[in-house]
Amino acid sequence: MSPAFFRVVTRELRAAFGSPVAYIVIVIFLTVTGWFFFTPFFLNGRADLREFFRLLPMTLGLVVPAVTMRVFSEEFSTGSYEVLTTLPMTRFDVLLGKFTGSLLFILLMLVPTLAYPIIVASLGDLDAGPVVGGYVGAVLLAALYCSVGLFASALTKNQIVAFIIGLALCAFLVLIDKVLFFIPAGLTGVLQYLGADFHFRNVAKGVLDSRDVVYFVSAALVALYATNLVVEKRI
Amino acid sequence: MIQIDSLTKDYGVTRALDGVSFTVNSGEILGLLGPNGAGKTTTMRIVTGYLTPTAGSVRVQEMDVAKNPLAVKRLIGYLPEFAPLYADMVVYDYLQYVGAVRRIEPQHRGKRIRAMTDLCGLGDVIHRPFRELSRGYKQRVGLAHAMLSDPDILILDEPTSGLDPNQIVEIRAIIKEAGREKTVIFSTHILSEAESTCDRIVIINRGRVVADGTADVVKARAVSGMVVRLALLDAPLDEVQRHLREVPGVNRVQRVLNAPLPVAGALVVDVNCLQPNLRELYAAIKRRDWVVAGLNSEGHSLEDTFRELTGAVEHDAAAEEAS
Repeated sequence: MSPAFFRVVTRELRAAFGSPVAYIVIVIFLTVTGWFFFTPFFLNGRADLREFFRLLPMTLGLVVPAVTMRVFSEEFSTGSYEVLTTLPMTRFDVLLGKFTGSLLFILLMLVPTLAYPIIVASLGDLDAGPVVGGYVGAVLLAALYCSVGLFASALTKNQIVAFIIGLALCAFLVLIDKVLFFIPAGLTGVLQYLGADFHFRNVAKGVLDSRDVVYFVSAALVALYATNLVVEKRI
Repeated sequence: MIQIDSLTKDYGVTRALDGVSFTVNSGEILGLLGPNGAGKTTTMRIVTGYLTPTAGSVRVQEMDVAKNPLAVKRLIGYLPEFAPLYADMVVYDYLQYVGAVRRIEPQHRGKRIRAMTDLCGLGDVIHRPFRELSRGYKQRVGLAHAMLSDPDILILDEPTSGLDPNQIVEIRAIIKEAGREKTVIFSTHILSEAESTCDRIVIINRGRVVADGTADVVKARAVSGMVVRLALLDAPLDEVQRHLREVPGVNRVQRVLNAPLPVAGALVVDVNCLQPNLRELYAAIKRRDWVVAGLNSEGHSLEDTFRELTGAVEHDAAAEEAS
């Protein structure tokens, strides 16, 4: 990786933490996940994080587009993308730097949720497998959502529009395997495979199947490639 | 040295550049002139590697921009129009960031930033976010950003637009200073600025180069000869035009509507002469009963040349005829 890549990553992180949106998003994320996790937790009386991970594709799908919406659209609307591309760095430095910056932000946002397994482990006998699997899945999921969010952000100069497009794409990935009964039988297999939630559930069980990893990595790469095409076309 | 060779750029069906070619020698300050939408910004964007041309090529110090974009970008300091830098960053942090991306050694970075702060007068704003700065300061930060790594080539897109007269003079001085050892291309609408700052001028109109040379050469190329401004009394316009056009060397007689009148009711005309032929012109006037209320002759200004080359003159004449 070139030094320019790391510069883009740090610049992205600073920009993210420099705006109030970041803190609002973090607070909303932690409040929502904490609330939905701990409300049924004592009713169920089970020492696991299943509820937290069950909702994660949904909550991340809401939060990640809010983080990524400004990444490209702001550059296009202010014109700073012109400055960025005429500095001595490649388009890939920019794209991968922005992706990594956004992903790191989401991962930093997930760090406080590590308190949940610690609390649960102190209350009962916590099975480590699904927790580790869940967090691995969370990283993969965040990577996929980030690349989808970047794609949405590259499509428009308007951050709100970028957010809504990102939200719609993430919602598609979460919900597609839940509406399979509307879909002709021949297509269900394909569409189920497209669903991020479907693969995330597998990983969150603590079973790291190569098919799921291949899904997340390839889907993220497809989204990043599409982002690259859109950015190139915009200039 | 920058060699621009028959650049063509299409935006959809619109042709923004149509075979633009010119060369900028090392250590030369080149002024790129042209009306809005002529293709100045597009040309600069292609040279900096931001846009790829539809056809044609740009070579910067013998390197093709399309083949060696990174190496070329290292040589060029570029200030886009309106200096669109990161609004949320503090000026100092931004310059640090640019320094790092441009691989200035950390131990030299501070020194370079200080030098640019002094040169561009950024001392008061160095710790303020870019978005809070006034137009003039934004432009100066943009200049500092372009010159930070001491690049061999500076490309500045309308560096003085939107500034007050004092700031324009300051920025012009910075450009002139930088132009002593660097190759500079800058675009401007202010012709006197180009005349006083540039070693050479290229005028672009509708995507084509219409003039290329020093200010004097450009002026001479457009219209050789001179303009004689006459103020006449008791002279009907059509008769004046008909009569003076017959004088050898005169190629156009045009009424000037907004000129100050030496005497009330005088008719003011500009007579364009291809060759200075004052004797015959004066003889022609003498043959009539017109009263000469004023006569002065002058060479062409760059403004006239610009208007002539970019088609504004015909436009005016057409408007005059229509009225």
